[in-house]
Amino acid sequence: MRSLRKRYGGVDAVRGIDLEVRRGEVFAFLGPNGAGKTTTVEILEGYRERDGGEITVLGEDPQRAGGDWRERIGVVLQSCRLDPYLSVRESLELYAGYYRSPRPIDETLELVGLREKADARAGTLSGGQQRRLDVGIALIGDPELLFLDEPTTGFDPSARRHTWETIAGLRDLGKTVFLTTHYMDEAQRLADRVAVIAAGRVVARGTPDGLGDRESLPTTISYRLNGETVSVQTDRPVEALHELTERALKEGLELEGLEATRPDLEEVYLSLTAEGAGTGAGAESSP
Amino acid sequence: MSGLALVAHQFRYDQKTFWRNPASVFFTVAFPVILLLIFATVFGDETVDVGGGIETTTYYVPAIVTLSVISATMQSLAMSLVIAREDGRLKRGRGTPMPPWVFIVGRVGNSIVVALLMLVLIATLGRVAYGVDVPWEHLPAIVLALVVGAAAFCCLGIALTAAIPSQDAAAPIVNALLLPLYFLSGIFIPDDQLPSGVIHFADAFPIRHFFEAFFGAYVPADGGSAFEWGNLAVVAAWGAVGLLIAVRRFRWTPRSG
Repeated sequence: MRSLRKRYGGVDAVRGIDLEVRRGEVFAFLGPNGAGKTTTVEILEGYRERDGGEITVLGEDPQRAGGDWRERIGVVLQSCRLDPYLSVRESLELYAGYYRSPRPIDETLELVGLREKADARAGTLSGGQQRRLDVGIALIGDPELLFLDEPTTGFDPSARRHTWETIAGLRDLGKTVFLTTHYMDEAQRLADRVAVIAAGRVVARGTPDGLGDRESLPTTISYRLNGETVSVQTDRPVEALHELTERALKEGLELEGLEATRPDLEEVYLSLTAEGAGTGAGAESSP
Repeated sequence: MSGLALVAHQFRYDQKTFWRNPASVFFTVAFPVILLLIFATVFGDETVDVGGGIETTTYYVPAIVTLSVISATMQSLAMSLVIAREDGRLKRGRGTPMPPWVFIVGRVGNSIVVALLMLVLIATLGRVAYGVDVPWEHLPAIVLALVVGAAAFCCLGIALTAAIPSQDAAAPIVNALLLPLYFLSGIFIPDDQLPSGVIHFADAFPIRHFFEAFFGAYVPADGGSAFEWGNLAVVAAWGAVGLLIAVRRFRWTPRSG
C-alpha cells in the first residue's frame, strides 16, 4: 500500500499511508477512534474506493477484485449482528455454502471455541461469543488473509482473553492477519508488527516492544520505605538497582513493593497519538 | 456451487429464519387468518353487492389472500432487508464470494413461496369453514395473478428500503403506506360500501389493481374472463418502477452507525 488517501466532504481522513504486511504475520493497525483505521481497512477489503495511492492485496487491487479474490480473504466488520434465529452451526453452514472449498464446520467450531454452543441460536450468545462466531464465519472460506476491525472493543476482560486466544491461534494456522485496534495491550499481545495511526497518518511503526524508541527511555525504580513511596528514574537500571539493594541489605532496610518498570507502552502510545493528532485538525470526522 | 445451487442454499436458510421469527410468522401468517375469522364472524350473514350479489365470506377470501400476498412480499421483504442492512449482515455478505443477486433472488423466492402457501391456507380455510368454493377451473388465472402480484410487490418492497433510514422506522413506514390503502382499496371494507371517489383514489395505487386482478380470477363475473389483463398490466408496471428504483437505490451498508 503506497500513499493511500481518502477524503470525506473536504476532510482528509487518510493522508498518505504507506504499509507493507508480510505473509503469515499478525499486523496491528493501532490508533485512537477517528484516526482513519476503519476507513483504511475498508479500502483494503474493497468496500470503499480510495482517492489516491496504490494498493495491492494478495496481488490484486481490491477496488477491482472479484469473487476469486474474495475466496482468499476473510472479513470481520467492526459491527455486525449475525442472524439471531440461526444456530451457531447453521450460521457457519450458511456462509460455508458461499465458498468453493470451505473449512470443515466442526474444526472451525473448535478453533473459535464454540463447540459446546454449536446448537445455540446466535441471538442467545454473549457479545464475546458472537464476535468469535463472526471470526469463525470469516475463517469458514479458509482465507489466506483475515481482516479484523476492532475485534474486542467493548468486551469484558474474560471475553477479550478468549477472543485473543482465538486470534493467536490463527497465526499458528499460517494466516496473515490485519488487525485494527485502539488498545495498546491488544497490539502488544497479538501482533508481530504494529503501525500507529493518528489523524490519518502513520506516526510510528515497528515491533510492539521497539515502538516509539521505548528502549531509550528511562526506567522507573520504585519502592516503599517506612510507608513512603520513593520513585527514581534512571538510564542505567542495573547499576541503580545494585546500589539500592546493596545499601538495603547493609542497613537492614525492607524495600516494600520494589519494582523496576520500563516506560508504559500505553504512555508511549498516548504521546505518539497526541503528537499525531496535534498536527492535523478534523481527524475525528472520519467515520 | 452454481448460481442456481447457491440460490437454493440461500433460500433454505431464509426459510429457517422466516419460520423461526415470531414477528414474521405472526404478521405474515397468523394475522391474515385472524382477519378472515373476524370479518367472517362480524359480517358473515350479509351479502356484498358485487357481480349480482355474493356472500360476504366469498368476498373476503380473495381480499385476505390479496393482503397476505402483499404482506409476504412487500411488507416482509422491506422489514427484513432493512433489519439485515442495519445489522451489517448485507455488508458482511458482500465481503464473501457470493454474487449479490443470489441473496436477493433467495429472499424473493422465499416471499413468493410464503405467498403461495398463504393462498393454499386461506383458500382451504374459506372452503372448510365458510363453504367458499375453490374455483379450480380458474387455477391458471389465480396463479398468474398471484405470481405477477407477488413479483411486483417484491420489487416495491426492495425499492421501499431506500426510504427507510433505520430498523425502528421500518414498521411505521410500511404500515403507514399499506394500512390506509387496504381500507381504501376494498380489502377491509367491501366495494359496495365505499364511495366511488375513494375507489378512484385507490385506483392510483397498485393494491387496488392487484385486488381486482386477483378477485376477478377467484370470483369471475358471469361469462367474464378470469384473466384481468388490464389490472395485471398496471400491477406489472408498478413492479417495473419498483425494480428500477431498487436497482438504483438499494444499499448494502448500514445507514446508521
